[in-house]
Amino acid sequence: MLDNILSLQIFLPLVGALLVLALPKISDCTARWIALATSTIVFVLSLVMLNGFDGASGEMQFVEKAVWFPALGLTYHLGVDGISIYFVLLSTFLTPICLISCWKSIEKRVKEYMVAFLILETFMIGTFCALDSVLFYVFFEGVLLPMFLIIGIWGGKRRVYAAFKFFLYTLLGSVLMLVALLALYYQTGTTDIVALADNALPLNWQIWLWLAFFASFAVKMPMWPVHTWLPDAHVEAPTAGSVILAGVLLKMGGYGFLRFSLPILPDASAYFSDMVFWMSIVAIVYTALVALVQEDMKKLIAYSSVSHMGFVTLGIFSANQQGVDGAMFQMLSHGIISAALFLCVGVVYDRLHTREISRYGGLVKNMPKYATVFMVLMLGSVGLPGTSGFVGEFLTLMGAFQTNTIIAAFATTGVVFGAAYMLVLYRRVIFGEPKNADASAMPDLTKVEFGYLVPLVVMVIIFGVAPGLVMKNISPSVEKLLLHYKTNTEVPQSVADVAEKKVVRHE
Amino acid sequence: MNDFSLSMIAPMMPEIFLAVAGLALLIFGVFRGDKSSALVGWLSVGAFIVTGYLLSGKGDESIVVLNGMFVSDMFAVVSKYIILAGLIVSAILSIRFLEEEKMARFEYPILMLFAGLGMMLMVSAHDLLALYMGLELQSLALYVLAAIRRDNIKSSEAGLKYFVLGAISSGMLLFGASLIYGYTGSTNFNVIGNSLAQEVSVGALIGMVFLLAGLAFKISAVPFHMWTPDVYEGAPSSVTAFFALVPKMAAMALVIRLLFEAFPAVDGQWQQIVWILSALSMAVGAFAALLQDNIKRLLAYSSIGNMGFALVGLAAGTAEGLAGVLVYMIIYMIMTAGTFGIVLSMRRNGQALEKISDLAGMSRNHPAMAYALAILMFSMSGIPPLAGFFGKFMVFKAAVGVGLYGLAIFGVLCSVVAAYYYLRIIKVMFFDEPESAYDAAPFARRAIVAVCIAFILAFIFYPSPLVDVSTDAVSVFFNVQPAR
Repeated sequence: MLDNILSLQIFLPLVGALLVLALPKISDCTARWIALATSTIVFVLSLVMLNGFDGASGEMQFVEKAVWFPALGLTYHLGVDGISIYFVLLSTFLTPICLISCWKSIEKRVKEYMVAFLILETFMIGTFCALDSVLFYVFFEGVLLPMFLIIGIWGGKRRVYAAFKFFLYTLLGSVLMLVALLALYYQTGTTDIVALADNALPLNWQIWLWLAFFASFAVKMPMWPVHTWLPDAHVEAPTAGSVILAGVLLKMGGYGFLRFSLPILPDASAYFSDMVFWMSIVAIVYTALVALVQEDMKKLIAYSSVSHMGFVTLGIFSANQQGVDGAMFQMLSHGIISAALFLCVGVVYDRLHTREISRYGGLVKNMPKYATVFMVLMLGSVGLPGTSGFVGEFLTLMGAFQTNTIIAAFATTGVVFGAAYMLVLYRRVIFGEPKNADASAMPDLTKVEFGYLVPLVVMVIIFGVAPGLVMKNISPSVEKLLLHYKTNTEVPQSVADVAEKKVVRHE
Repeated sequence: MNDFSLSMIAPMMPEIFLAVAGLALLIFGVFRGDKSSALVGWLSVGAFIVTGYLLSGKGDESIVVLNGMFVSDMFAVVSKYIILAGLIVSAILSIRFLEEEKMARFEYPILMLFAGLGMMLMVSAHDLLALYMGLELQSLALYVLAAIRRDNIKSSEAGLKYFVLGAISSGMLLFGASLIYGYTGSTNFNVIGNSLAQEVSVGALIGMVFLLAGLAFKISAVPFHMWTPDVYEGAPSSVTAFFALVPKMAAMALVIRLLFEAFPAVDGQWQQIVWILSALSMAVGAFAALLQDNIKRLLAYSSIGNMGFALVGLAAGTAEGLAGVLVYMIIYMIMTAGTFGIVLSMRRNGQALEKISDLAGMSRNHPAMAYALAILMFSMSGIPPLAGFFGKFMVFKAAVGVGLYGLAIFGVLCSVVAAYYYLRIIKVMFFDEPESAYDAAPFARRAIVAVCIAFILAFIFYPSPLVDVSTDAVSVFFNVQPAR
């Protein structure tokens, strides 16, 4: 089974979706159970995969390769290494939680909702497993289809606007990546992601290709200034949609940088690293300030996501072990924390049907369990030592300090702002005097809500206390990536030098 | 001039059969009157199938007959199969529609049949005269079809507009053909090709430009697209479906053969023209469709845009690009067939609906149909993993392969703009408040939609057969002229 475990994980949700579609006249409840059972089995499978994963090697594992599109040289090539395996786990872990979280809140078109989520899971896992660049593109783009419907059908008031903005924004970035993939194919003669990294391209080529990839990943990430689709999409999406969006889809951008930009286009990555640093700084500081003045809880967390993703890009392009390790950790930690925060917002939204911060207050009195859960997550988001948020931010900043001290100094202020907006949010929602009778009459977490939030809270603490559990699998792959990166960029960067270097290497 | 023997016209058996069948059906229809229109329709479907059977095995070798007028090779046979499939689908789609609209006339399927005959002659044309013959046979039948609802002012207007503009394009085509004849001394594609390979004269180039302009009209490439939206909107919907499905494939095949057999020596020149046609078509197809509220008009602009994308492969001018064009056209035809299958089913209380807003709430009343249309629209906008993406992928891959980065980038950006209006259809179906349900759709129509969806989904997993056939078909042009 281990031989095909990636394909199993990718296609099992699809089978579940087909089952929900094909069984005639099943009740909504049956559809929910089929979806939940499928995604749980997939999660178990991914745990089996993690168990069989050799973290020390840093190589691609569970590799599957089959002919797919012989005339075009495309292959069905899958594999995971330390960089991708945790994203697969994150996807399979969050999907069942999402399905449970919307058990009550989604009442219309339940069957379709379940189908959309299962198809979404297929595409998410596929994106992180694909080792053929076109296969990657297919999964990467395919995510848009179910997400568009999830936002558009089950979203809030301005859902149509948000769905269109989300779709067209990401599509615009991605099509440029498609052209870059085609160009890469003609330059190197392969679509295999691993083999692509072994080609030394001339710098002027790398620059254009890098920009095309950047267009796609920066939008997905999202980086300032192309982040504006995110607040809209988050606010309008149903809770589970926001969870997947923040938890997994944003990570596709960072993953793309690590899979394509750094290994395949190392010279251009070094060339553009300063630009990325400055954009990251703006993202960290500016969006944190924007988050500070938000009145909508989801919007605040959405902006905080942009700010946190700024640390990720900072870490990735500092291109040293701590930086990239930190970026990886920050992505995983943010995947859990922001997902859990959106679930928390969903909890109160289900009760009061508003996300306005000022409508709440004093929830600690009537919702103590909620206040506790929210507190841990809030502290995780702030980056308090002992939570997973700290490890990620600390490592990225450490990495950034080695590369560029000024940048790192600016980035560190972002941590303070991060604390500011999260603490303000927490104070206004949880503490203070109860403002509204309906808010103070809300019941505390139900058993189910408690049940799906606690695993996330536990993860936040475990990762914060023992980051080594994860790092031991990630670091070897990162090390390999950086070794490859360093050997390709050690010559001082100028066009003439690089051109000279290429000549030498071709001999 | 050789003596005539029956074996010389053996490669033309399918066409001869189709012509005879058409005449026989015409006589049959005249005797039985309009009440036999459904029967004539099914009989012509039968005639298409028999023609397809007669075609089998014809493509194994390239044969030129009738003093270089008619060629039968792999490319022609594959194109003819595609055309016949399109004819069968549009005939089946029309039969029930004509009854619903109370315009059942027995001439309708017969006109379609003769248009099909013209198209089959077009893709086999190996001489400018044969080209013109086939083209005019096709066009005249299409003009009449556009205006077949004589008592409807829009239909008549569509027919007249199509006729007048079509006549102008034929004029340009003839003028170009005469120039080429004057400067190269022949109307035969191979002779023209050889003559141009030795010496390129300005007159012949001008002739080629006129020829291309005339043919661009037929594939509705910008700036020769003006007729398309009006004709699509004005003609009865089943005729629109037919227009969208088949004639463009025939015209595209004709363009390919003409450019690669008669004008390979001046590929630099025609590639520039195709480049511009392609870029303009993609842009107009993307931007002009944004504001349409009639679904047939929207599909007209969508077809203009799609021809632009197909031409990207032609602009590349490589075997890969041509295979991409064929694959793109086939996928486009299948998506269009499915879409029109659904558009024809939009009827409430016996009235046909054409507004995009009439789609509202389809996902509640007819969920299967709504999902089918959503898949078709996502596929048309080129979102992976659906088949439409792979069509675009192939043509852009070919373009990037010869360094046409500008066209490729421009094309993908246009496809993002175009995605907006495809998404709008999905939005109306899924996000807007529902209206009352449609009348039940007949089985044949639903079956066609189901087959199209099955193809779009199956293509993701088994792309090879279609790609291989297309590659085989276009290899004809690259074996004959290894000089390229």
